Amino acid sequence: MSRLNDANVALAKEIIARYPRPKSALIPLLHLSQEQNGYITNEAMAHLAELVGVTSAEVYGTASFYEMFKFEPVGKYVINICGTLSCALMGSEELLHRAEHKLGVKAGGTTADGLITLEHAECQAACTEAPCLQVNYRYRFRVTPADVDALIDDLRAGKLSDEIPAHGTLAKVRQHIPVDRGVGAVAPEAATTAPAWFDGKAAL
Amino acid sequence: MVRRKGRAVTGTYAHAAGFYAGDRPRIVTSRFEHADSYSLERYLATGGYQGLRKALARPSMEVHDEVKKATVLGRGGAGFPAGTKWGLTPEGVFPRYLVVNGDESEPGTYKDRLLMERDPHQLIEGCVIASYAAGLSQCFLYIRGEMAHAQERVAAALNEAYAAGYVGKNILGSKFSVDVVLHWGAGAYVVGEETALIESLEGNRGMPRLKPPFFPAAIGLYGKPTIVNNVETLSNLPWILTNGAEAYTAIGTATSPGTRMVAVSGHVKRPGVYEIINGTTTFRDLIYGDEFCQGIRNGNELKAFVPGGGSAPWFTPDQLDIPFEGPQAGAAGSMLGSGAIMVMDQTTDIPAAALTLTRFYAHESCGKCTPCREGGTWLERILRRVVDGKGTDADLQQLIEVGTSICPGDFPHASSARLGLAAVPFPYKMTTICFVGPSAYTPVHSALTLFPEEFEARVTKRTHIPVTAVGVGE
Repeated sequence: MSRLNDANVALAKEIIARYPRPKSALIPLLHLSQEQNGYITNEAMAHLAELVGVTSAEVYGTASFYEMFKFEPVGKYVINICGTLSCALMGSEELLHRAEHKLGVKAGGTTADGLITLEHAECQAACTEAPCLQVNYRYRFRVTPADVDALIDDLRAGKLSDEIPAHGTLAKVRQHIPVDRGVGAVAPEAATTAPAWFDGKAAL
Repeated sequence: MVRRKGRAVTGTYAHAAGFYAGDRPRIVTSRFEHADSYSLERYLATGGYQGLRKALARPSMEVHDEVKKATVLGRGGAGFPAGTKWGLTPEGVFPRYLVVNGDESEPGTYKDRLLMERDPHQLIEGCVIASYAAGLSQCFLYIRGEMAHAQERVAAALNEAYAAGYVGKNILGSKFSVDVVLHWGAGAYVVGEETALIESLEGNRGMPRLKPPFFPAAIGLYGKPTIVNNVETLSNLPWILTNGAEAYTAIGTATSPGTRMVAVSGHVKRPGVYEIINGTTTFRDLIYGDEFCQGIRNGNELKAFVPGGGSAPWFTPDQLDIPFEGPQAGAAGSMLGSGAIMVMDQTTDIPAAALTLTRFYAHESCGKCTPCREGGTWLERILRRVVDGKGTDADLQQLIEVGTSICPGDFPHASSARLGLAAVPFPYKMTTICFVGPSAYTPVHSALTLFPEEFEARVTKRTHIPVTAVGVGE
């Protein structure tokens, strides 16, 4: 079953309502779907298409553009090792080799037990803390090859399951706009005059 | 002067990895010493939402004017003044939207994530002030997908801010209302380009739109006037509204006022993120200064540095005394981009270093423009061949030919006393919609121009047959 479950459908509707056009909610909803199932299935995309009122091909068109959406099962933990300049200068290639050796898979592969997927990633915006990696988008800074070994051992021993949620769960805190406080989506055709508070712009 | 209250704050904090406060004025990082700087309680205790209070007590036009007087240069890369950008919306066309660019992913850049994780309320306050001043009816705060922690911090802060009446309906009891909606991406560098960001926010593939003729300020999100501002840019607004534009322009230089976040990474002793005085700090200060990076690791020699993120043409020790200031970096053949310096010492294999950047841009090409889609991949493959020792001198010619098809004419580069080269100023011409294509060529061009011997030593001689000569004019 890979359609969104009832709780997630309710959440999806809350998210859709924030946008002037339902399709804008597509990326957040794809994340929600990936959180529920670990990856994006065809059935899930068909369901999202129903929810936002587009075709499932359009959903796939959007989803397939973005690196983070997986269309096949991946490990419970996805390790992304950065290989862009700052990390490369600080030895990230060695980290990747160490991880490949330790896991017995090449970058892009998943271990036979389905626990860990290894990926070569591009810049993760932690360049001063190079070399860096992410496990399910949680950072590890100034990583040494010994750290890679220890990290993989810890993941295998289940020691990090509190800190790092399974692949698919991104933020553990969600925005909720209280009904009495929210303005609601402002549709592009809704307003044709200036908002009440606005008295024009300053001279150029 | 700035909110330091007489205490010289130096050193680093476990909760803000990579950040060094130093003894300098701080505008956007003023709360970083507090471990709970992200909480509403701490924010309010340190002057938070005072800028918004002051703004709402004045007509929106005056608030816009104040920001314009402060000349807040955009911190995303292009350096366009925010106040001027707000003024480019067409008269009488509503609604207008605000899209916050938190898709930080330019190689070398590390500042917006820190601002979102450490001081999310400051950003939210900036969004609300901008919406008020520019007449924007709804705000979308787009955070890079891979930044799970920043998303959590901003979500929690938004929930607090809504409950306390700083965002949403009738803000602080006024007639001003605006929603700030947290949105997040899913991994695509090109989405940092503002029109691609808008496409992505509409639920589409993140491909840039053709501009000109229409910039987002005229035709943006859902075809309506849209202001796209960077996280750091907006994070400056609370301080400016609290302390006034005059206090802001008293810091920095006339053309580059205030402060600026800069990340220095690579082969330095103390890589870090620093809030520096805008316009006056030189690259030498940043790389060798005691309060900054303290020199090259292991006492090594500096070989080259990238002054403004992976897209920027490289500098060598010849350019160390140039200040971190847009027009001066531009005249010297590069740009400041997103405030990111990457330092390479004498041990660096220059062609291999260039390859990591070219591979990045080739990988991140959205595929819309042929010169970038095809050219980026060509550049990566040819360069890899050269790095692997399988290249020929014809390959070096081919790199330049492919690069010239992306960027016709003279490509900007730094001067070099060693090679007797004069600088070619920034920018370049381009055959693509956005900067991803040229950026794939930038590291190749810089490396080939400034360190030709490292390439020549690696390739074997072969007669070059230019592709343009085959089948042309026959």
